[in-house]
Amino acid sequence: MRKVTLLLDDGTKFHGTSFGYEKPVAGEVVFNTAMMGYPESLTDPSYEGQIMVLTYPLIGNYGVPALSKEPNGLTTYMESDRIHPRAIIVTDYSEAYSHWNAKECLADWLKREQITGVTGVDTRELTKVLREQGVMMGKILFDDEPDNIPTAEYEGVNFVEQVSCKEIITYKSGQANAKKVVLVDCGVKENIIRCLINRGVDVIRVPWDYDFNDMEFDGLFLANGPGNPDICEATVQNIRKFLANPVVRPCMGICMGNQLLAKAAGAKIYKLKYGHRSHNQPVRQLGTTHCYITSQNHGYAVDDKTLGADWEPLFVNMNDGSNEGIRHKKNPWLSAQFHPEACSGPVDAEDLFDKFVKLL
Amino acid sequence: MPAKHIKKVLLLGSGALKIGEAGELDYSGSQALKALKEEGIETVLINPNIATVQTSEGVADHIYFLPVTPYFVERVIEKERPQGILLAFGGQTALNCGVTLFKEGILEKYGIEVLGTPVQAIIDTEDRELFVERLDEINVNTIKSQACENIEDARKAAAELGYPVIIRAAFALGGLGSGFCDNEEELNRLAEKAFSFSPQVLVEKSLKGWKEIEFEVVRDRYDNCIAVCSMENFDPLGIHTGESIVVAPAQTLNNHEVQKLRELSLRIIRHIGIVGECNIQFAFDTQSEEYRVIEVNARLSRSSALASKATGYPLAFVACKLGLGYGLFDLKNSVTKNTTAFFEPAIDYVVCKIPRWDLGKFRGVDRELGSSMKSVGEVMAIGRTFEEAIQKGLRMIGQGMHGFVENKELEIENIDAALREPTDKRVLVISKAMRQGYSIDQIYDLTKIDKWFLRKLQNIRTLDNQLHECKGLEGLDAELLRKAKVYGFSDFQIARAIGLEDEMDMEEAVIAVRNCRKAMGILPFVKQIDTLAAEYPAQTNYLYLTYSGVAHDIPFEHDNRSIVVLGSGAYRIGSSVEFDWCGVQALNTIRKQGLRSVMINYNPETVSTDYDMCDRLYFDELTFERVMDIVELEAPQGVIISTGGQIPNNLALKLDAQKVPILGTQAKYIDNAEDREKFSAMLSRIGVDQPEWSALTTMEDVNAFIQRVGFPVLVRPSYVLSGAAMNVCSNQEELERFLRLAANVSKKHPVVISKFMQNTKEVEMDAVAKNGEIIAYAISEHIEFAGVHSGDATIQFPAQKLYVETVRRIKKISAQIAREPCISGPFNIQYLARDNEIKVIECNLRASRSFPFVSKVLKVNLIEMATRVMMGLPVEKLHKSFFDFDYVGIKASQFSFNRLQKADPVLGVDMSSTGEVGCLGDDTNCALMKAMLSVGHRIPQRGILLSTGGAKEKAAMLDAARMLHEHGYPLYATGGTSRYLTEQGIPNTLVHWPSDTDMKPQALDLLHQHEIDLVVNIPKDLSAGELTNGYKIRRTAVDLNIPLLTNSRLAAAFITAFCTIKPDQLAIKSWEEYK
Repeated sequence: MRKVTLLLDDGTKFHGTSFGYEKPVAGEVVFNTAMMGYPESLTDPSYEGQIMVLTYPLIGNYGVPALSKEPNGLTTYMESDRIHPRAIIVTDYSEAYSHWNAKECLADWLKREQITGVTGVDTRELTKVLREQGVMMGKILFDDEPDNIPTAEYEGVNFVEQVSCKEIITYKSGQANAKKVVLVDCGVKENIIRCLINRGVDVIRVPWDYDFNDMEFDGLFLANGPGNPDICEATVQNIRKFLANPVVRPCMGICMGNQLLAKAAGAKIYKLKYGHRSHNQPVRQLGTTHCYITSQNHGYAVDDKTLGADWEPLFVNMNDGSNEGIRHKKNPWLSAQFHPEACSGPVDAEDLFDKFVKLL
Repeated sequence: MPAKHIKKVLLLGSGALKIGEAGELDYSGSQALKALKEEGIETVLINPNIATVQTSEGVADHIYFLPVTPYFVERVIEKERPQGILLAFGGQTALNCGVTLFKEGILEKYGIEVLGTPVQAIIDTEDRELFVERLDEINVNTIKSQACENIEDARKAAAELGYPVIIRAAFALGGLGSGFCDNEEELNRLAEKAFSFSPQVLVEKSLKGWKEIEFEVVRDRYDNCIAVCSMENFDPLGIHTGESIVVAPAQTLNNHEVQKLRELSLRIIRHIGIVGECNIQFAFDTQSEEYRVIEVNARLSRSSALASKATGYPLAFVACKLGLGYGLFDLKNSVTKNTTAFFEPAIDYVVCKIPRWDLGKFRGVDRELGSSMKSVGEVMAIGRTFEEAIQKGLRMIGQGMHGFVENKELEIENIDAALREPTDKRVLVISKAMRQGYSIDQIYDLTKIDKWFLRKLQNIRTLDNQLHECKGLEGLDAELLRKAKVYGFSDFQIARAIGLEDEMDMEEAVIAVRNCRKAMGILPFVKQIDTLAAEYPAQTNYLYLTYSGVAHDIPFEHDNRSIVVLGSGAYRIGSSVEFDWCGVQALNTIRKQGLRSVMINYNPETVSTDYDMCDRLYFDELTFERVMDIVELEAPQGVIISTGGQIPNNLALKLDAQKVPILGTQAKYIDNAEDREKFSAMLSRIGVDQPEWSALTTMEDVNAFIQRVGFPVLVRPSYVLSGAAMNVCSNQEELERFLRLAANVSKKHPVVISKFMQNTKEVEMDAVAKNGEIIAYAISEHIEFAGVHSGDATIQFPAQKLYVETVRRIKKISAQIAREPCISGPFNIQYLARDNEIKVIECNLRASRSFPFVSKVLKVNLIEMATRVMMGLPVEKLHKSFFDFDYVGIKASQFSFNRLQKADPVLGVDMSSTGEVGCLGDDTNCALMKAMLSVGHRIPQRGILLSTGGAKEKAAMLDAARMLHEHGYPLYATGGTSRYLTEQGIPNTLVHWPSDTDMKPQALDLLHQHEIDLVVNIPKDLSAGELTNGYKIRRTAVDLNIPLLTNSRLAAAFITAFCTIKPDQLAIKSWEEYK
C-alpha cells in the first residue's frame, strides 16, 4: 500500500496509507463522529468538495451494498448515485468485511469511483486540530510523488450547481389524488424523497435555481446541499416569491433548506468553526420539553437573531445553542437544520415529515 | 425539576457478590447515592455487603448491614420512614424484593413513592407473558415462549414448538435455572430444576446461532429517550451475554440495522414506561433484518455498568436523577461539563469485554458455556483496533494468556468438537484451530462467530507468523514492530515470537524488546474517553493507551505530585470488591492530601474505575509493560501496590528492578513473604512456629515425609491437571487418588505437602505497620476449624472465643514478623491456634480480603491509615482494644454453586465462594443470623436432613440436633447419623443413600418432594462411595435451591442461632448505632 500524507493548510501533516483510488486530492477537511453509515455519508451530496474524516476508527466492517436502483430511479440503499467527498480518511480500514447484504468492499467501491481513501491516520488527533483551528483546506499527497496539485477552494465554489439535478424529475407515490410537493434540489439526499413518497405525496424535483412559482403544487420542500448558502441567491429569490404569494402553501426545509428559508426570511448565515457532522446532535424544540437526537451534516448556521419579525427559532442545539430550525409565526412554514430523514443516523425526528404532510 | 417533597430515600443494595450480581451493582448504587447527595437528600442504604464502597462512611447517611429481603426492608422502612425508594440499583435482588413489597402493599402502607421506573413496568418486563403481550401491542417481535406452571405443560409446549427449545425460570437472575434441551429427557431434568427456582417456567424456541445485540436506553419522564450504547456479542446467541465476549459499539451491523434496533428500543422503553435506564437484548438474524427481543431489564445491570465505562456516560447517576424527576435536558454531560446529558455518546475506539471464569476452582463443574452464567468477573479492554482491544483483554483476564497468540499450547483432542461446544477456553481453541490451518469458513461453521471477528483474529495470527520470520531483534524492522503494537502485541509476545526465549530468560527478553522499541520511537499514546469523539474539548481524566495514534490527549506535569495506585483487575474467586474498596480508600487518602491520585485498573464492575473517584484514571492493563509505560509518562512521586491484591503485588520485584518508587514495604521483603522457602527461613530465624512442610519431587519422598508427620496432610501440587489445586488427604488411598487425579509429581513440578492440623482454630491478623512497628490491628477468628479456606470461612470480629493467652501470643508474633521485613503499610497473617499453641500459615504484605470488614466493624479505616503511612504522613498509633466492643461482626460467604452445574458444593482448602457479607449484632447469634440470612439461608419451616460425617463432626452436631428436635423440626438422617442420633435419644427418620437404590425412603426423593428445607451434609472423607452419595445429595440440594451446610461448626452455630432467637428479636440498627 502506498504511503500518503494529509497536508493541512496550517502545515500540519498526518501520515497514512492509501486504500482507495490512488490520486492526490485537495478539499475542505471536515470530521464526522458517526459510528456507522459510511455508504450513506459517502453518497450524501452535501459532502461535495470535502475530505471526510471519520473519528470512528474501524471502517469498512460491513462492506458496501449494491448500487442498485428502484423502478422510480432512486437507489435502493444510498443517498445518491455516486460518492461525493473527494476522499475519506480513517484510522483502521477493515479489509475484510462481513455482511449478508454487502456486494463489495469499501476499497473496491472507492477505486471504481476514483475516490481517494486513507487509512492509518490518528483521526482523533486530526479532529482535535480541526476543532481547535477550525475546518481547513487540505491535500492528500502520495509520498512518492511531488506535490503538483493546486490548493482547493471551498467558500466561493458553487457546489450546489454540481450536484443538483439538471432537469425536473417527478416521483409518484402511487396514490390517487396525491398532493404535489415541489422539492428544490440543492443536493438532495434521496431519503428525503423516500420519506415524502412513502407518505403518499408526489414529489417534483426541480433544479436548484429553477423558478417553480408558476408550477402547480401543494407544498414546497427545500432540500439539503453542499457549500456556502450565500451562493444560492437564485434559490432565495424564488423562495421569497413563494412566501410573498397571497396563496399560502406549506413549506419545509432541511439543512441548507433551513438556511435558504432563513435567508428568504431576512436572516444572516455564518460559518461554524467546525460544523456539526454526527449522529448525536441534541436538539430541543423551543418552549417545550421535547428533545431529539439528530443526524447532522452542516458547516453553516442561521443567525436567528437576524430573523424577520414574523419568524421565530423553532429548534435549538442543546450543546452550543446554535439555531436548529425556524418557523413562521402564522404561516405553515418551518425548517430544520438537522436531518429528520436520517440516513445515516437516528430516525427520531422523522415525525416532522408527518407534520409537513398533514399541513398540505 | 425534582419533586420537592422527597427528603429521604431508601436504596436497596444487592447483597453479597454472586455469579450474575457482582461489583457492577456497587458501582451503580454508589453513583445513585452520589446523585442523591448532590440534591441534599438524606439517604438510607440496606446492603449487607460490607466490603462495598457504597457501604463506606459518608457515601450513604444511614447504612444497614441487613439482608435485602422484604421482612428486613419493611423493618427499616418502619424505622426510617423514607419518602422514596430506589429499586433499580441493587440488581435482581433489589428488584424482586421491591416487587414483593409493592404487591404486599407495604410501600403503600408507609406512603413510599417508587422513584424512577414504576413497579408495574418492572412487572411487565419480568413476567414473560405480560412482557410478550405488551410488546405485541406495539408490533415488536419477541421470542414466543409458553409460560408453564407444571412439567406436563412444559412437555406439551416443547412438543408444539419443536426441539431444540430453551427453558428459563421466570423471575430469576442471569439465566438461573435455564438451559437448552434437545429432547424430552433433557427437558424433564431442566424443567424440574427451573421449577424449584420459580413457580413459572418458560419454554421457547431456540434461536442458537443468531447474533446477540444489546442496547442501553434511557428515558426521562418527559418521554425524551436516548440509546447510550449498542453492544454486540462476539459469541452467537446461545451463550449467555455474561459468558460472552462483548464489543461496543456493534461492529457488524450497518446503519439501517442499528437504526432499526435503536428505534425498536426507544419504542419499547416508551411503551413500557421506564423512567431511568433499561437494557434491551435482541436476537438478530445473520442473513436478514429479522429480529426478536430477548428481554428487557428494567434496572441497572452488568451491561449498563459496561456501557457506562465503555462510553463515559454515567448511566446510574443519570438514571437516579431522572428518578427524582429531572429531564435529560436539565442535566449536563459529566465528562465535558458543558454539553447536555441528552445526547448519545460517539466513541472513537473499540471496547472489548471478556468474561473471567474460575471453573478450575470447582470439582466436577460442567465447563461448557451455555445459556446460564458461570463467569465470576470480567475485564474491559479499550483499543483503536479490534486486534489491540481483544489482545489487551485476553491478557487482562489474568489466566496466563499473553494475548491471542504466543500462549502455552493447549492440548485439545478434538478441535472440531471444542469449537462446536464452547468452554471457557474457546478463544484459545480458535487460536489453535487457526494455527492448525482451519479456514475462516470452517471455524465459522463450527462456532457461528461472525466472520468479521474471525478475520480480525486471523490478522493477529498472520502478523504473528511474520514476526516468527524475524530472527531476533536485529531482524525486526520498525514498521512490523509498530504494526504488532497497533495489533496489541505485548513485548512478551513479540519477544517470544522472534525467538528471544531461546537466548535469554523472558524477563530480560521483555526488557530487550522494550528498549529496542523505545529506541525506534515506538511508544503508546494516551487518549481520552470524552463521549463526543473529540468534537468538544473535554476536561476528562478518563484515559487509555494505544499504539494507534500520534499524540497524547493530555499534558504530563512531571510535578512530582502524582501517586499511582494499582487496582485489583478482574474479579475472581479470592479477589473482588474488597480490593476495590481498598483501592478507593487509597485514592481518597491521596486526594485529601491535595495530591494527584492516579488509578490503573481495567475492571468495568468497579467503583475505582469511576473517573470521578480519582484525578486520573488509566483504564488499562496491569502488566509490567503497561504499568511501566504509565509510570514513565506520569513520573509519579510513588506507586502503591499493596491495596490491589495479588496482581499488583506480583509486580513488586519487576517494578523495583526498574527503579519505580514503590511506596510502603520494600519489594524484596514482599518477595520474602511470598516465597515459601524464604518466608519459612525467616520464621525459623525469629523462632516462630509453622506447620511442618516440604516441597517434594518423588512419591518416595512424599511417603517418607508423611511417615514422619502423619496424616492428614495438605497437598498443594504446583502443576494442576484438573480439579482443585489443593486438597487435604487423610489416608494413603486418598493421597494416591488425589495425586493421580490432580497432579503429576516430578522434578519440574514439585508438590508441597504440609502437616494438616485438625480441630484447630484459624485466626487472622489484619494490621498496619509503620517502619516495622504495628500501629493498628484487628484479630478475627474463624467459626469453622482450619481446613476451610479463609475466603470461605465464617469469620467473627472481634474474636470471641480465643484465650487471652492466645491473643497475647499472636500479638507478640505479629510484632516480630512486622519488624523483620520492616513492614510499612497493610499486612495480614493467618494463624493456627490449638490450645495455646500458635503456628503461622501465611503472611501477605498487602491488604487482605478482610480489611474492609474489620475496618468497618472497628470503625477505623485501616487502608487510610496504611496509605498515610506509605505516603510518609504522620499517623497516630491506634489504642482501641477489641475488648471494648459491645457488638460483634460476622463475615459470611456467599456461594454460587447453583450457577455452576455439576460442581460439588463442598468447602475445602481451596476457595470457592464468590462473595461475602458482613453483619453486625449485639452478640454472635444475632450477627450470625443476619449474616446467614443475607447469604441466602432461610430459617427452616419443614424437615431437616442430616448426614453429619465422621465421629468428631457427629459429636459436634449433637447439641444442635437435639435443639432442632426440641424446636419441633422433623429430622431425617442417613445411615450412620441416624444410628448415632437414635443412640443419643434423638428421634429421627432413617433415609437412604442414593446408592441404596431399592431402599425407601430415599433422601433424594424427600428433597424432590420439598419435605426438607435445610440440608446438613458433612463429607466424611474423600472415599469414592462417600463422594458420590454425598455429592448427589449436596448437588440436588443446590439444584433445588434448598439451603445446604457442609461444615459442622458452622451448621451448629447457625442452628443454635435460629433456635435461640427469632428474626423479630433481631435489632434493626444502622451501622452508626453500633457504638
